[in-house]
Amino acid sequence: MIKVLFFASLRDQLGISELQLPCEANPDTNSLLDNLKAQDQHWSKALKQKQLMVAVNQTIATSNCLLQDGDEVAFFPPVTGG
Amino acid sequence: MICVQSEDFNLQVEYDKLRQQSNVGAVVTFSGLVRDCNLGKSVCALTLEHYPGMTEKALTEIVEQAKQRWDILACTVIHRVGKLALQDQIVFVGIASLHRQEAFACCEFMMDYLKTKAPFWKKECIKPGESYWVDARESDHQALFKWTEHLNNAE
Repeated sequence: MIKVLFFASLRDQLGISELQLPCEANPDTNSLLDNLKAQDQHWSKALKQKQLMVAVNQTIATSNCLLQDGDEVAFFPPVTGG
Repeated sequence: MICVQSEDFNLQVEYDKLRQQSNVGAVVTFSGLVRDCNLGKSVCALTLEHYPGMTEKALTEIVEQAKQRWDILACTVIHRVGKLALQDQIVFVGIASLHRQEAFACCEFMMDYLKTKAPFWKKECIKPGESYWVDARESDHQALFKWTEHLNNAE
């Protein structure tokens, strides 16, 4: 399984903070995002934002990243701390 | 020291911890506060969300990068999360070094990186029951360029 997390405005838009997805053959962050967008129009719209950030196992992924069973993938908007 | 906490912090206590070594010649500290306005809107409170685990990891990474660039003797980063009121302290960065130059530069570097790399998100309350997520600022991303300029020039 792959643990998927959503934070801040994205979590509010989707109405969910966490879900578990079965690990498909040769998964990567792009295919995971495509699968999530394919759920329905609402998900597609929320996940389409240009500046969406992705972290794999709590490290920012700047390009497509291969995944394996047990990985934690988080999607979130640009950070605004400080 | 890195700490993500809901409790407030005390500047004097943190400053005293930074100047414990006898070779410290300079301490630079920065603290960020909840102000009452943002982009023309009045703000009455702030909520800060973070990504437990990743936030601490990102802050550790920023401290490591800073230590590679400057010879610093001690470093503290404290960031609060949860509900904060106007004028509350949000963030503290303190750097101790032999001389002031490293401490000034390192403190600015740490804040510029923290604002764009550490997973925190602000939600501003503009009146009771009405709040919105703060958008990232382009100027915060621009601020990073001065630290990577030498890399860009080398390409």
